[in-house]
Amino acid sequence: METYSTVLTALADPTRRAIAERLAEGPAPVGELARFVPVSRPAVSQHLKVLLEAGLVSVTASGNRHLYALDPGGVAALRAYLDRFWGRALQSFKQHVESTGGTTHD
Amino acid sequence: MTDTTVAAPVHQSIDVDAPVDRAFATFTDEMAAWWPTEHHILGAELAGMEFEPRVGGSIIDRGVDGSECRWARVLAYEPPHLLVFSWDISLQWQLETDPARTSEVEVRFTELSPGRTRVDLEHRHIERHGEGWEQMHGAVGSPDGWTIGLHRFAAHVGGAG
Repeated sequence: METYSTVLTALADPTRRAIAERLAEGPAPVGELARFVPVSRPAVSQHLKVLLEAGLVSVTASGNRHLYALDPGGVAALRAYLDRFWGRALQSFKQHVESTGGTTHD
Repeated sequence: MTDTTVAAPVHQSIDVDAPVDRAFATFTDEMAAWWPTEHHILGAELAGMEFEPRVGGSIIDRGVDGSECRWARVLAYEPPHLLVFSWDISLQWQLETDPARTSEVEVRFTELSPGRTRVDLEHRHIERHGEGWEQMHGAVGSPDGWTIGLHRFAAHVGGAG
């Protein structure tokens, strides 16, 4: 499964595992996560991006604050799934429409 | 709680070598021919799909055993340029009957040249599927449970790598 390998990749990194384990204790803003792991705040943001794309983490906007939370099986996972699904579906659509006389190549 | 969890819309775009009307017709009339077949929520194997070409119509999956599932409502149908349909499938992969808890898919077809079309797809309001999910998560997802799960996962990944 693609989803499975994406999750594996996301958690293969020790910093991302540490972030995920911290989030397992409750939602946190990026600043707090940056204090928790020994990397810079921009690096934490990058790691969060990977976790978001893998569907492991969701982000909640509360005013102008962003809280990150573990979200396995929730909306973030669904979004990650749909992103991959539509990528695959449109590739398949392209193949089909181009193989059934969509146009003449010149 | 006034917090809102917002999922960014999914965007996918692809250019195809086909005239815009042909691309639109293929997307709708021949959905079964290109739809990834493993993706359906019928109990039986997928025998076919039907797209009802009108606002208020449905997208219907039909199973080999005669069962059917109307999993999308057509919200906009403007050939050959615009198509919007709902995504009435829950996080539990069941048919979602509450429209407030469904997302929507917009597909735009733009002519790049007479034989070439850009297809832009946006799947938005994904967070609507999660209404009420946070509460459930709070109830069943004890922090200990997740920490233990992640440690196991991490150990497994470490062992495999």
